[in-house]
Amino acid sequence: MKLELSWIDYLIMIIYFVFVLGIGWFLKKYMKNANAFLEAGRSIPAWVAGLAFISTNLGALEVMGMTGSGMKYGMLTTHFYWIGAIPAMIFLALFMMPFYYGSKARSVPEYLKLRYDEKTRALNAILFAVMTILASGISMYAMALLMEKVLGWDFNLSLWISALIVLGYTYLGGLSSAIYNEVLQFFIIVIGLLPIVFLSLKDVGGWSGLKESLAPISSASGYAPDTFTSTWKYTSEATANPMGVEWFGILFGLGFVLSFGYWCTNFLIVQRAFAAESKAAARKVPLIGALPKMFIPFLIIIPGVIALVLLNDPGKGFVLPLDASGKPIYDYTIIMLLKQYLPAGVLGLGITALLASFMSGMAGNVSAFNTVWTYDIYQSYIRKRTSNEAADDKHYLRVGRLATIAGVLLSIASAYIAVKFGNLMDFLQTIFSMINAPLFAVIFLGMFWKRTTGHAAFTGLLLGFLMALLHHGLTVPAGATTLVKGGWIASLHTYPVEMAQNFWTAIIAFTVATFVTVGLTVVTKQLKTEDDMHGLVYSLTPRTLAETGPWYQRPVGLAIIVGVICVILSILFW
Amino acid sequence: MVDIRIPIGFMFSILGVLITIFGFITMSDTVMYQKSLGLNVNVVMGILMLVFGLIMLFFAFRKKKA
Repeated sequence: MKLELSWIDYLIMIIYFVFVLGIGWFLKKYMKNANAFLEAGRSIPAWVAGLAFISTNLGALEVMGMTGSGMKYGMLTTHFYWIGAIPAMIFLALFMMPFYYGSKARSVPEYLKLRYDEKTRALNAILFAVMTILASGISMYAMALLMEKVLGWDFNLSLWISALIVLGYTYLGGLSSAIYNEVLQFFIIVIGLLPIVFLSLKDVGGWSGLKESLAPISSASGYAPDTFTSTWKYTSEATANPMGVEWFGILFGLGFVLSFGYWCTNFLIVQRAFAAESKAAARKVPLIGALPKMFIPFLIIIPGVIALVLLNDPGKGFVLPLDASGKPIYDYTIIMLLKQYLPAGVLGLGITALLASFMSGMAGNVSAFNTVWTYDIYQSYIRKRTSNEAADDKHYLRVGRLATIAGVLLSIASAYIAVKFGNLMDFLQTIFSMINAPLFAVIFLGMFWKRTTGHAAFTGLLLGFLMALLHHGLTVPAGATTLVKGGWIASLHTYPVEMAQNFWTAIIAFTVATFVTVGLTVVTKQLKTEDDMHGLVYSLTPRTLAETGPWYQRPVGLAIIVGVICVILSILFW
Repeated sequence: MVDIRIPIGFMFSILGVLITIFGFITMSDTVMYQKSLGLNVNVVMGILMLVFGLIMLFFAFRKKKA
């Protein structure tokens, strides 16, 4: 079962570690104040921020999870990309980025403070800080467990070493170091996983061979023969596809609520665009990120789909490790594929790609956490700015650095809590994933309706979150064995699959937040003047975007290119 | 501040050379390459990475001269 690595594999990993730490060390001399450390001095070129934008999202849980989903749901998993990411990224770039960037806010919670009020910011900042630490702890736990189970590395050792490397380069070079490393990591992930795409496709006889081999597997599960290689074709009924969701749930739940909630409001992601060198560059960041994002399914989902064929062909000798209850661990599909196809050398490269994906995700969490902590919690409630700007700057730089250390240590702590109370951590993560959908409702209304008031936004955010919690407490996915999956109050409704439950939780959170915010806005008084909201709200901001260059380099032109490619891909794999 | 293409270029060039050489050394090891369907993926990926690294370096230094 264990996978043996040779000296060359370790050498490749060490060279990679030297480069990531080297980038941090090189950037150290530029970290003179809090702004440089926490916001990268707003000086990052669009293409760098764009690749970092997508690389942060390409964390270990994404790579492991999407390959696993490819095996479970087939090509339907691409819905998380072509409908569940690209439209939201285009919307963020064209319609939201001008206000985010133009507001001069340094974080999403700070935008809420500028547009609404202090309490709305406080609620979001605290929830975000906790969620970020949890997410980073859980991915650290998953990574160390994988390395222990498959490579036989010591759990504690790989946990601490990988965390300390991330700490090393984010402590030295702050957000700039995280961003520059994310670009390097992006290329390592793509190149490191590339060989399994080609080798696995070659092994099953190309795309047509894959379709042929999947047909009997699909029929045996009671689906149409080409279900696993289709995306929209079998979504007229939830029971006709392995994901268990119909087109409406995909379109509205995933394509609108979940995806806009994640891409347009998650500071972890949006922070990369905040760091861009100009407003025009910031608008291009999500679009530049969208170009590679559309093709990531070929890198991580298709190998997962192929793994399903391998698993059903005893001759291939492909197996998945089993968990304590004897069920295959789908998340280990990617590493078992590395084991299946890669000899020493490229194998080290593949493992380095997994480590790089883990690091890009974790560095994203840490650099978002230290910014929100320093600006939205520490500077707002613990030690406010004084008249001495130079001394302040030094002080907040030190706080930002300490927050980086604290963030990593807290992530390690939450990874150990996950070791002891895995279910508790799953539960907390499910709960905190519910903050995005109401947040999107509140930010969207704030940006495009100048009447929206602070009291309404705060209540909408809170009630949206609580209603999502209530929905999760009252419904269960079929076959759930623990209360972590829902139904911890009562079990009023059973969803066929967990995915459907997640979609509906988000839809309810979003709808409640929207109605509450709109309803209360009508009966409460607007405390902000139109001058306060200049640059924050669509109708109060003059459109003076001087855009130069050929059409394909402008945001709208780029958005059209991205949109057209995305539509073509969706039709090709319909 | 820093041109990220330079470290990316150097890293991929170094890794590319290393993996290519390793691929040539292990050329005769047919048992090892059974996994990768008889293909010496080390040589293929090594050369690919070297080319990628050199392209990155080319663009980084071309810009500097200008």
